[in-house]
Formats: sequence, structure tokens, C-alpha cells
Amino acid sequence: MDLSTNYLGFRLSSPIMPGASPLVDDIGEVRRLEDYGASAIVMHSLFEEQISGERLASIYHMEMYADSYAEALSYFPKPDEYRLGPDQYLEQIRKIKQAVRIPVIASLNGSTVGGWTDYAKLIQQAGADALELNVYTLATDPQESGDQLEKRTLEVVRAVTQAVSIPVSVKLSPYYSSLANFAHQLDDLGVDGLVLFNRFYQPDIDIEKLEVNPTLKLSSSDELLLRLRWLAILSRKLGANLACSGGVHTPLDVIKAVMAGAHAVQVVSCLLDRGTEYLKELRDGVAQMLEKLEYSSIQQMRGNMSLARCPDPGAFERANYMRILQTWRPDQNNGGK
Amino acid sequence: MLTLDANEAVASVAHRLSEVIAIYPITPSSPMGEFADEWSAKGRKNIWGTVPSVTEMQSEGGAAGAVHGALQAGALATTFTASQGLLLMIPNMYKIAGELTPFVMHVTARTLATHALSIFGDHSDVMACRQTGFAMLCSDNVQAAHDMAAVAHSATLRTRLPFLHFFDGFRTSHEVNKIEMLSDHDLAAMVPDELVKAHRERALTPDRPVIRGTAQNPDTFFQAREACNPFYNACPEIVQQTMDELAKLTGRQYRLFEYHGAPDAERVIVIMGSGADVTHETVDYMLGKGEKVGVLKVRLYRPWSAKHFVAELPATVRKIAVLDRTKEPGANDPLYLDVVTSLIELGRADIKVIAGRYGLSSKEFTPAMVMGVYAELAKSAPKQKFTVGIVDDVTHMSIDYDQQLSIEPDDVKRAVFFGLGADGTVGANKNSIKIIGEETDNYAQGYFVYDSKKSGAITISHLRFGPRQIRSAYLITQAQFVACHQTSFLEKYDMLSYAAPGATFLLNTPVPADQAWDSLPVEFQQQMIEKKLKFYVIDAYDVAKATGMGVRINTIMQTCFFAISGVLPKDEAIAQIKKAIQKTYARKGEDVVKKNFAAVDHTLAHLHEVKVPDKVTSTKKMPPIVSDEAPDFVKRVTAVMMKNLGDMLPVSAFPVDGTWPSATTQWEKRNIATEIPAWESHLCIQCNKCAMVCPHAAIRAKVYDPAALANAPATFKSVDYKGQDFKGQKYTIQIAPEDCTGCKLCVNVCPAKDKTNPKVKALNMTPQMPIREQERENYKFFLNLPEPDRSKLRIDVKGSQFMRPLFEYSGACAGCGETPYVKLLTQLFGDRLIIANATGCSSIYGGNLPTTPYAVDNNGRGPAWANSLFEDNAEFGLGYRLAIDKQTGFAREMTAALSSQIGENLVKELLNAEQNSEAEIAQQRARVVELRKKLSTIADPMARRLDQIADYLVKKSVWILGGDGWAYDIGYGGLDHVLATGHDVNVLVLDTEVYSNTGGQASKATPMGAAAKFAAAGKATPKKDLAMIAMSYGNIYVAKVAFGAKDVQTVKAFMEAESYKGSSLIIAYAHCIAHGYDLQFGADQQKLAVDSGHWPLFRFDPRLADQGKQPLQIDSSAPKARLMDYVKNETRYRMVERMNPDAFKDLMGQAQFDVAKRWMLYEQMSKLPVYKKPEEETPATPPVTESAGASKA
Repeated sequence: MDLSTNYLGFRLSSPIMPGASPLVDDIGEVRRLEDYGASAIVMHSLFEEQISGERLASIYHMEMYADSYAEALSYFPKPDEYRLGPDQYLEQIRKIKQAVRIPVIASLNGSTVGGWTDYAKLIQQAGADALELNVYTLATDPQESGDQLEKRTLEVVRAVTQAVSIPVSVKLSPYYSSLANFAHQLDDLGVDGLVLFNRFYQPDIDIEKLEVNPTLKLSSSDELLLRLRWLAILSRKLGANLACSGGVHTPLDVIKAVMAGAHAVQVVSCLLDRGTEYLKELRDGVAQMLEKLEYSSIQQMRGNMSLARCPDPGAFERANYMRILQTWRPDQNNGGK
Repeated sequence: MLTLDANEAVASVAHRLSEVIAIYPITPSSPMGEFADEWSAKGRKNIWGTVPSVTEMQSEGGAAGAVHGALQAGALATTFTASQGLLLMIPNMYKIAGELTPFVMHVTARTLATHALSIFGDHSDVMACRQTGFAMLCSDNVQAAHDMAAVAHSATLRTRLPFLHFFDGFRTSHEVNKIEMLSDHDLAAMVPDELVKAHRERALTPDRPVIRGTAQNPDTFFQAREACNPFYNACPEIVQQTMDELAKLTGRQYRLFEYHGAPDAERVIVIMGSGADVTHETVDYMLGKGEKVGVLKVRLYRPWSAKHFVAELPATVRKIAVLDRTKEPGANDPLYLDVVTSLIELGRADIKVIAGRYGLSSKEFTPAMVMGVYAELAKSAPKQKFTVGIVDDVTHMSIDYDQQLSIEPDDVKRAVFFGLGADGTVGANKNSIKIIGEETDNYAQGYFVYDSKKSGAITISHLRFGPRQIRSAYLITQAQFVACHQTSFLEKYDMLSYAAPGATFLLNTPVPADQAWDSLPVEFQQQMIEKKLKFYVIDAYDVAKATGMGVRINTIMQTCFFAISGVLPKDEAIAQIKKAIQKTYARKGEDVVKKNFAAVDHTLAHLHEVKVPDKVTSTKKMPPIVSDEAPDFVKRVTAVMMKNLGDMLPVSAFPVDGTWPSATTQWEKRNIATEIPAWESHLCIQCNKCAMVCPHAAIRAKVYDPAALANAPATFKSVDYKGQDFKGQKYTIQIAPEDCTGCKLCVNVCPAKDKTNPKVKALNMTPQMPIREQERENYKFFLNLPEPDRSKLRIDVKGSQFMRPLFEYSGACAGCGETPYVKLLTQLFGDRLIIANATGCSSIYGGNLPTTPYAVDNNGRGPAWANSLFEDNAEFGLGYRLAIDKQTGFAREMTAALSSQIGENLVKELLNAEQNSEAEIAQQRARVVELRKKLSTIADPMARRLDQIADYLVKKSVWILGGDGWAYDIGYGGLDHVLATGHDVNVLVLDTEVYSNTGGQASKATPMGAAAKFAAAGKATPKKDLAMIAMSYGNIYVAKVAFGAKDVQTVKAFMEAESYKGSSLIIAYAHCIAHGYDLQFGADQQKLAVDSGHWPLFRFDPRLADQGKQPLQIDSSAPKARLMDYVKNETRYRMVERMNPDAFKDLMGQAQFDVAKRWMLYEQMSKLPVYKKPEEETPATPPVTESAGASKA
């Protein structure tokens, strides 16, 4: 079965690739991912804020007590190799590139325009085949309008796309007031792909200790529905490729995502849950399903259920919501969950 | 030319001319070992193209043994040491010299501990080696230290004598100066291959076997010992030849003895070390005044060449003053003896020679003192033995000199900076010296004076810049530029006493420029007017905040200095500062560089000149150093030291034997915290955890009778006590506002949150200044509230914190992880506690003057404390026990013998008292009072003797304290032996997992994967399991505790250890600044250390085994967090991960495995069935086999 797809200018053996996760920290694991059929490797994000924060903290902790006391003018060794920059991340790109033949997509979360472009260049120099920009920031500033925030993001994306020659994709969150419009603006800037959607750490509350605990739970297939809708809405209306990220757990999920319009499907939770080898199962499962559904290739089904092509486009819009309300009954919905 | 200190200058030569380096950290030589290790770690090669191996040993004795072996096996070896460390090397020094082995050790000459320890410089340590057979070569400044290091390494191979090369600790070792560096080519020329070959050919090797280290007998030893004479006879000439070779290479000519002065001098000073440079400078000044004086500097001190010495003296000399920087009580000082002997031997007995002593423990030695010595020599009847630099009003040995005299030339720019350790002042000044020294033709010198405290430490930087080599090895007293980097210093230090007339004063102050003048105390305004000073101000913290620099004002103040001082043209200076920033921080990230650049650019706009009016407007005076209520000794002596005027105290002010009063930190109100905790009494759940974790006993809890609240200050807070044990009483948490260091440990550990606004806790940080006065009154009132009855307190975390801490306001770091344990110890047992303290952090914050933190209770009882050495602490503490046991035993014997006269009932009670609780101890104390009354009526002389030692009938608690460097490394042998004796001593190991006091060198307690000096790539071996070793004896109480993880277990372990009538060992986790994170989270990190299994909590109580129970009780759960969760928060681990992620991963993988393995082992041990001791009545089943019994016999 021909599962091949085009994503960010690469001809990939299948749309299925491991998304940003700790799996890529281990080169052995990366090799296994390739062996189990990963079509590309997506690295977790390089966080500019974390790097600069650690730099400042480290300098603070090392220098704070230096030259204060006659017996101990310093408290730490001073090796040349101690670098507080993105070296470790860049080195990992190099190592992954050496270890696998599939494309390596690095990911970046900057905090300043200078940081975005500088790190993007370094990532390109390190050998990444493409760059996924993790642009979302929580809009907590009441002085900043949605429009201003989007403009700021667009500026960053423009700067990065001008700074590097490798393909650039943007990972979006669903929380834009006009996602379709924003996606089009990004598309106009010439980004090569959009990834729907980012998942975030969510603060949980400890009611006894009165503390906030950031948590990140593994996704479930339930989360796929939101992605399907927006893939369907955006599919075939943009020059950029689309990738689905979040909620893909089964071969059926992959097929739905592709039908909604995804060129690529990023999976993480199911691999963390079931092990790296599940990637192969997923891929084989998709192939079997395609055969069963009598498709000759995955290309054939891409976007066939998008807003532009599906028999009932309204179902992806407002009507969908209303129909569910009209037919919903508590006894059929597991207590109203 | 480079600007660097002598430690670096010497290490540079030693590293390039050695193959094997064995070291052990000791101040002030530690940086030499650290440089060597750093360079080898970076792959820097010696002149023969191989990277020297650097090995940290367990003690200086170990380092000496290791180099001895390395030398025997044919390597070129070196080591670095000082003071007591050098003494530990002496046994090997005799061997190395006796075997005529080429070797160089570099020594930063440091005071030996006598009546007190001192980390500073004099020649008492090296003079203790003059009999070992080592050649001794002395350097008087940074350039000479660099050059003499090379001479020593060369001459040792030529002469076959080992060399001890020394230079003054701190004054030279830590002085930054501009010097010419020796190239590899120079060094290669001085140490040709054939010399190395000869050394190698003498190596022990099975290929050419010989035997050394034989035992010789009366028939031959003597003659064989004399066989080395020709080598000693030849040595001086060879050293001179080596010096001549150096001169050919570099143009710098040295001689064995170097005369400088008038060719027809009549008065000459003989001296060595940095004092020689000061004398040289003074001689030049006096020659300019037409005086016939000179100085003879000693370089090669051993072998002493009388011939060369006398030949160097001008024929015209009539009087000599020999200045020794050491003291040999009851004898003549050594250099004096050598000089006198030489003059007699070579027919110059006509010269009058007097002996002077100067500069002990880095006491200042100034041109004024030198001129005082020449003046003394000029007298018709000079003092035969004298001291200079102090006022000796007891034996009247000191000579007078003009203390106001300054001979410093106008073309040398002098600047003095007052900063805090934490604000980066010293770093910035070192940077300025580099800029001026290396980027201009100027010579530059920097010397830095540090505080005796580790928290809120003041630093004073002395910088000189000038057109000639700077020989002024003394502090600046007449500065053209004085900078105060901390506004609070205006209350404490008379900084303008350093200012020369017309000087500039720069003040960092939050006060706007137009109000700055009025903000100064009267004393400052007066001096500014009198001396016609210029005045500049900047709000550096505001600039730092605006430019993202946090609390680091180093770059800002440095920019001000260059902008105002005129040392360099402003634009050039700014460019150079930026260049230096680029160099320092480029590796750490462009954003860091940019922030610093922004700080430089912002500074100039915020720097303002303030016009100095012609009259004093201020009414504010500098507050008194101590309150009027302080005891006489504190006012007379301690307060003077606190004011930085200790130099002015005469000999009579001091105790003769190093005995000092305790409880004097209470008079030193340091006010170093800008924010302190404030108590919200309505939220408090009265757990007392805040008091438990406070490193400085600056937050306290008390429960007391409501009636005591009469006359309470209006703002004093008090609530009803919540427990049943003191029902109806009142409760207060009180902060000592002027003693708190602002570390926030208490706030972070506080579990009580406001339910409607959990941001607010029962303790919240608040600015100190607005509540200082009010809280000072409240604290005073609090201290005077009655103490609770100790016998009624529950001994747990809460109860222990109602006990008065008898360890308070120490100079430990803010957030220190050690001192909460020490404080707890004094709360539980303080009134019967005697402490033996190993050298290290705990001896420094425990006993570094001016003030002493161990305190006394209302009955005048409190911990008695002493520090002997680093290596002998367990033995020292055992000595306490032996003495106490003996005196207790003797007292009991006499009590029994006098039974009929004392009264049988009282005697019975005295001798049978268990003394297991506070109540029982109080009862025993009452019995002793009763006993003494009876004894006063008994005529038998035995009653007098019993009266002397009757207090020993009351239990004493012996504790042996020290860090991991002591317990795991240098003192381990003694510790092991003492524990094994089974005597009733309690050992508390404050385990920071690194040598904290000397600056973060690895110990055997350092965990795998953590970076430390000598383990820069992360320690590759696991932490030694000291507890397991101790448990293997079976009869030692052992506990591992971490108060931040489980304070209740800590208290329990302390109680059990003390009550166990045998040896006890508590290993206590202590977070430390050397771990590299914000210590306000110390307790959280301790929790993670325990949760991750890095630091399992347990108690091993042999008493349980006697009851047939398993003695090992594990007090923490199985590891529930990953080791990574713990280590990721600490710089010591993160830097290893950053340097080499793969290696770090491997190390962590192994460490994680070790954690699991150790946990499994401990868990299994805790579940093992225990062999039960048979009842005495029943015939015992032999626990040992026939053969075991036989072998025992």
C-alpha cells in the first residue's frame, strides 16, 4: 500500500511521525523509531527563555558567593566546556542527523525576535531539515489585544522565514479568535506547514496544600475531534501543508486526520503509552484499513472529508453543534461526561 | 605582560614543569592546586608535551606520601600547601631530603594555629621545616614568585636537594600584580633534558632494582647521614648559577642574598618575603632623604650560606636589624640566629645585631614601620629584641613609629572600594586591574580584604596603578578614590579615613543626588569638608534593575570608577570595559553580554556629582558599634574589632591563652537583611518549623504566662497557645530583625496559608527598615519573657524549639544547611554540652572572631567549644570524654568514700541518678548543690578535692562536630578509631558533600555525577557510605538525617544518639551554596534528596539488637522520585550535564542504579532476623565456633 506523502517539501514514506517528546533524547530510541517506520523525527522545542533563564541563574549561583570570603574565592570548577547556550540541543540535532536517514524537524520556542532568528540559524547550521515554530504564548496581558498579539507572532514568523532557508512550519493553538484568518496570514508569509494543535501544561490545583501543580496528561482520541474540524476547515485553502498533532492513537485516528486534510500526523502519547514499537503497528494498521476501504494510496483520501469536499460541509460548522444538542440524551452519554 | 596573582603565577610554572601533582586543599594555597587541576582537565600540557596528572588526596600527609612515591618511581612531582598542611608533610620531607630527591613544593607561607587559628600569612609554617633538609627559596612579590618557582624546579634537579619554595600567604599569593611571564622556551632552557634523565635513572624500577628506606643501626646511621654533606655545600653556588641563567634569559637578575641601598650604608635590615619589598621601597625613599640605609633580602634561606650572606653586606655596616615573620616563644627567632652566627663565624662580630618581629598573621607591615626600625637602629641603645606594628604594653617589646607617615608617590593612583561579597565588587576590580595592567603601559596592583563572616560579608579592595613596578605590599591609607558600594556601610565604617585630601568619594545610594549630602552622617560630612573631597552618587541598584542585572552592581560601579577616576580616558575605558564583558560572558550567552552593555550605557546618565557645601548640615551620627548594655570586654575589645580597628588594640587587651568569652554575637547587630519575615499570628498553626530551620536563631518561639505580657510593647504580637500541654498560656513567634539574614527558609517551610488568599502565609517577607525599630523593641521584650520549664517540654520538633538556642547569629551563609543542626544540638543539650569542632565551615562560623555565637542560658551554662585541628577532631573529642569520665569516676569514688559524712541517702541518690531526662538532670544539679553545702562542713582534704570536680557528677554531653572533608577524608582514620572504642561520644557530620570552607573541592562524600573542584567533569565514583561502615561494628549508634525532609526524625536521632551509652554517629544532610541553587529552597531540595533515595533516612540503634529487635530502622519510604528530579535543580550537576550530556547520562544511570541497589540492601538489612542474646541464667549457646574462640586466644 502506498502510504507516501509530501510534507514540508519532503517525500515521506508515510504521514506518521513521532511528535515532540522525550523519546528523541535517546539516540537508540531515535534509531528504533526509524526502524519502526517513522517518516520523520520531530524534536521537542528549544526554549529560549529556559536557556537565558538558566544562564542567568547559573551565573548568579556561581558568582553570587565568589570573591566574598578569603578561603573560598569560588565554589565551582571553571571548565571551558561549561556552556550555557543551546549547544546541547544543537548537538542532539547533529547526533540524530548522523543516526537516521529520515528528515529531522527541529522545534523552537523563542522569547525575543533576536532569539528566534539567532537560534533558528543555529538550528539550520546544526543540520536540521526543517523547523517547527512553537509560537504560542498565553495572552495574559490585558493591554495587549488579540490583533497586536497576532501581529507580534507574524513578525516573528516573518523574521525566521527570512533568516533560514530550510522549510518552516508553525505549530498553532486553537485559541485564536479567528484561526482561519490567522492561518491565512501565516500562509501568506510563505510558511511551509501548519501543525494543529499544540497541547500545553495545564495548572491543576492541590486543594489541601493550596498549591498549583502544572500537569501534562497524555492525550486521548477524544482530543482528535477538535483537530479534525480545523484540518477540515483549512484543508485545500492554504499553500502550507497541514499536520495533525494531538489525539492520534489508532490507525482509525490517522485515517480520519488524513481524510480531514492532514499531510502528516504526529503521535506522542500512544508511543509513550504503548512503546516505540507501536509505531509499526500503527503504520501497518493504516495500510490494512486502506486496503479494506479499497484505497490505492493515502494520497487518494487526503482531504476527502475536508470542508471543501465533504458532502455536508455545514457539519463542520455551526450545524454540527446544534445537531448534537438536539439528539443528546443523558442515558446514552455515560452520565453526561 | 600579564596581571595575575602569585598563586596563578607559580602554578603556571609548576604545572609546566611537572608530571605528577598530588594535592590537598588548604588556604591560601588551594588556588594553585585548583589551577593545576583546571589546566590538566582542559588538556594543557607541560613543556615536554604531556598533560600532568593531578590527584586530590585525603590529607596533606597523603599528598606528601603520594609525591614521595611518584618521585621514587621517577616522575617529576610537585605539590602545594601551607600551614598545618605543611606540618603534615614534614615526616615525608625528611625522607625525600634524606634520599636526595629532586622535588619542589610551593608553599603560601601561613600562620600555624597556636592560641588561635589564622588563615593569614607569616613564616611560622615554613620555619618549622628549616631542619628537614629541604632547600628553602623565598619570593618577595608576584614576579619573584613566578621566577623563583622556575629556579626551584631547575635547581632541584641540579643539586638533588628538594626545594620548598615559599611566598607570603595572601599578601603575595592573592595579590594581583603585573608581571613578565616565562615562556615554555625559557623553562625548557632552565630544565634541560639531561637533568631529567639523571632523575629518571635514579628511579625505582624492577628493570634496575635497588632498595631504599632501609633500617640502619648505631654502627652506620651517623656516617651515612653525613654522606649528603657535599650536596648541601654545593647547593648555594648552583642556585646562584641557576639564577644567573634566568637573568640571561629574562634580564631579571636575582641573588641568594640581595642587597639594595646605599653602598656605604650603616644601618641595614635583613628580611625575607613581601616585607623585603616594602623595605626596598622605603629604602629608596630614605636614600632620597640622604640616609645611609640598606636592605638585605634573603632568597635562599636553606642551605644557609654564611659566605654569600656576609659578602653581600657593605663593609660600612655598623648595625643590623633582623626581621623575622615568625615567633619561637622562649627562643631567638630563626633568621636572627642565622645572621648572628654568620657574622661571628666570618669575623664581623663588630656589627650590632638586633632582632625584630613583625607581620604575624598578615599584620600590616608598612614603610612607616620600616622607618621605625631604622630609627630604632639609629639609637645609641636600641632594643635588642623588639616587635613592630603592634603596641606591646605588657612586655614593652614594641617600638614606636609614625603611624600617619605615608611615602606613596603622587604618580601612583590609589583607590579603595567597599563592597559586599555578593555585589561583585572584587570581581569588577580584578577586571579593572586586568584592563589597566594589560591594555595600558601602567603597572597595576590589587589586594582584597575579606570579612570573617560568610553572610553579608564586606570586601575592601585596594587598587594601585602607576608607571613603575609596584612594591607596596601593604594596604592603602591615602586613596585618591574611595567608593562605597553599599549605603548601609555609612552606618558602620569610617570609609573616609582612607581618603587623601582632595580625593573623590563615590557613593551608591538610593537617595536622589539633590538629597545625597543631607543623607550622610555628620562624620562623613565633616571629613569631606576638611579634606576637600569631591562627591559623586549613583543609584546602582536602580540601574541594575532597569537593565536586568538583578543585584549585581559590579559592572555599574566599575563604569563609575573609570568615568570619574581619570585612570583612563573615559571613552577608552568604556570600550575596554565592554571588551572585558564580551570576554567574560560571551561563552555564557549574548543576552548576558547585552545586559551588561546596557548597564554600562545606563550608568553614565545616572552618575551625578554632588557639590560639597562648606558646612555640616547633618544631625545624624554613626550609631555606636555595640549597645551600652554590652559587657566591658565586648565594649573594650570586641567592639573595636567589629569597627575594623583591631589593629589598634594593645597586647594587654587580649586573653593570654586564646580563651574568649562566648555569647558575643548578640552584641553585633549586623542588619544585613533588606527583607525579614513578619508574623501573621492569626494564621499561625504553631508548629515551630520556622524556628527549627532558621540557620541563625533569628526567629524564635516562646510559650509563656499571660501575666508576662504586662508592659509589652504596643506592636508585640501574642496569641493563645493552641496545645493542651501549656493550656491557658500565650504563644509568640518573634523575629530578631537585626540578626536575620533574610534567607527565607522559614517562609518557605511555613505550612500555614491564608485560606482566602493563600499567597499570604503565617510568615511573609517584608522590608526590614520600616519595622526595624519596632521589632528591635519587641525582640528585646521577647528575650526577657520567662523561659519555659525545660522538664515540661515535649522533646519533639515543636517542643525543642521552645528551648533556648545557645548558638545564635553566627556568621554562616544566609540559608546555611549546617547551622540548624548545630542550633538544635544546643537547644537539646546546650547546658551540658562540650563540643570538639573540626576545622572547616563549622569552626569558622563557630569561632571566627570578633564575635562568638555559642551562648549561655540564664544560669550561665552553655556549650563549651574548642577547635583543635582539621585532622584530629575525633581524637580531640574523645580526649574530652576520657577526661570527663575520669573526673566523674574520681568524683564518684570520693563521694562514696565520704559517704558517712555527706549522708548516705544523698550519696545513694547522687551515685544512682539515671539522669535520663531534663527533670532528672535538674534534680542531680540540685543534689550537687546540696553536696557542696555538706562538703563545706567536712574537714577532710578529700572534701576540697571533691568540691573542685563535683559538677562532673552531672552528665556531660560530648559532641564531635565537623564536615565531610574531615569525617570522610582527613579525619577518617581517627574517626573510625574513636567510634570503635565504644566511648560515649556523639559525632555529628555536617555533610555538604564537598569541602565548603575552602571553596568546593571534591571529598569522598561528593556524589557521583556532581561537579566539584578536582572533579570538574562530575565525580566518577560513588559517595562513600560512611554510615554503612560504622554500622558494621554493630555497637555504634548510627543515623542519617535531613531536617528539611523529616525534622521529627532528626530530633529523634539526636535524642537517641545522646542517650546511647556508647559511640554515636549522625550524618546530617546539609544544603550548601556550593550546590548552586537558591538556598531558600533548601528544605525542598532535602525532601527531594530523600524522596529520590539519594539520602535515605534511617537510625541504627544497637540497643534494639540487645532486645532481640532489628537495630536498623528505615525512616524514609522507598525512592519515589527519580534521582534526576533531585539533581536537576543544582548547578553542581547541571554543569556536568551541560558539558557532556552523554557522560552525565551514564553517570546518572549508574548513580540511579546505585540508589536502587543501596535501597534494596538497606531494606533487606532492616528486615533481617536478629540473633537474640541468650538469657544469663540459661547456658549460653556459644555464638562463636571453637576455632574462632581459639583464634581469639
